[in-house]
Amino acid sequence: MATLRSRHVTVSEASRPVLPRHAKLRFDETRHRWVILAPERVLAPDDIAVEILQLCDGVRNVAAIIDSLAAKYVAVRELIGADVIAMLQDLADKGFLTEARENTA
Amino acid sequence: MSPILTDPPPLAADPSDGVAILEQRGSTAETFGIPLAVLAELTHRCPLQCPYCSNPLELERASSELTTAEWKKVLSELAEIGVLQIHFSGGEPTARKDLVELVQHASDVGLYSNLITSAVLLTRDRLAALAEAGLCHVQISFQGNEPVVADRVAGLKDAHRKKIEVAHWTRELDLPLTVNAVMHRQNLHQLGDIIEMAVELDADRLEVANVQYYGWALKNRAALMPTLQQIEDTTAIVEAAQKRLKGILAIDYVIPDYYALRPKKCMGGWGRQFFNISPTGKVLPCHAAETITGLDFESVRGNHSIAWIWQNSEAFNRYRGTGWMPEPCQSCDYKEIDFGGCRCQAFALTGDAGNTDPACALSPLHEQIFKLAETEASGDTSRFIYRNFSGGTPEPDDAQDA
Repeated sequence: MATLRSRHVTVSEASRPVLPRHAKLRFDETRHRWVILAPERVLAPDDIAVEILQLCDGVRNVAAIIDSLAAKYVAVRELIGADVIAMLQDLADKGFLTEARENTA
Repeated sequence: MSPILTDPPPLAADPSDGVAILEQRGSTAETFGIPLAVLAELTHRCPLQCPYCSNPLELERASSELTTAEWKKVLSELAEIGVLQIHFSGGEPTARKDLVELVQHASDVGLYSNLITSAVLLTRDRLAALAEAGLCHVQISFQGNEPVVADRVAGLKDAHRKKIEVAHWTRELDLPLTVNAVMHRQNLHQLGDIIEMAVELDADRLEVANVQYYGWALKNRAALMPTLQQIEDTTAIVEAAQKRLKGILAIDYVIPDYYALRPKKCMGGWGRQFFNISPTGKVLPCHAAETITGLDFESVRGNHSIAWIWQNSEAFNRYRGTGWMPEPCQSCDYKEIDFGGCRCQAFALTGDAGNTDPACALSPLHEQIFKLAETEASGDTSRFIYRNFSGGTPEPDDAQDA
């Protein structure tokens, strides 16, 4: 079937990650913290994860996300780059992150 | 003693458990804070007649169901007090003509919506309308991996084919899909094929849920109870599939607790992190809670807010926390791990919801329950009593060989 697609996303610097429509990053006003709403689950990402996820708009690629974080925190790009990719890969493996596709319209 | 089928649950909270993390931070979602998710049983009407249905034996009629306006008010109130997710369930939620409107309202007030459905009433247009209204996730129940067994269990011809069709539409519409497979003695031999079916359907998640014995399932226990051998085989099949399908299909597994050593942490503990709303608006600590006689449940149609009912009503506080516990629970190291198991099961099997769940090896009744399960599993009862509004109908004589 044409609609079947692989769920395996391999995150690299060229990836343009985005949350799939069923994973929603939202500020929970009652509990005063960010949550990811997913099928029958509520995840509680930490502050760094939230900051990275807010940059996952399907337009920026991972390289640009790393650049932006390295500049903001005056950090060594190589060091945080590996952490960012590992975190995004973990979320992708759990199905809470996908990749924006080229001109699918 | 019964064999050890499950390891004792870990004493530390699972770090991926959102509830645990939120509770650690001492936020308002701490113990007895408003649940993150609520189950809305929109109706008890259902075209299927599954003999293990979790609805009460006394089903609510359509005329007494909450109206569209009442459900909308409930959804708004839930969002306002901090509920994040709503599960639209039943009965069959798509039997409600206003489902698209209710899903849209859930989206409008910011609730993440899950649809828990038998799928047989859905058309592609209606599913597309639900997606358009903001539905976030679809869970479809399956009774087997092929029509002969599946349609017999469901008590509805052509049900299986229809479910497969709707599962394809779900993925075509880019909605995440959970396959829910309710397992028992008469379909456990299909588990391997059901796992393959879930992969072929491009499901995200598979719930392998052994029947839990309340309500209709309790009535049909002798026809449903698996053998110990089946459970051991099942556990091996599930564990192998979980490894093999990592990253492709997540598999959740619920064992039948008559064969367990420790009871399940039912509902995460009574009145601790879950409630559901019945078709007529009763606010219940679990969907089987009405099987416990002698408890009065408040309704959203009464004078109290949902938050008040959750925090203050007698039914929620009766078995909340650990203060109500008798021995052997009271001095048990696991009392805040499993909260004494399941109140409905304690009531069904001992006549007192305040007793230790006999699924626990420390219950004086555990041995007896275990033997009962073994005896029923090896018995020759295979005829179902189908769930319906007239108190149940025995399966015709010639149908069981199907």
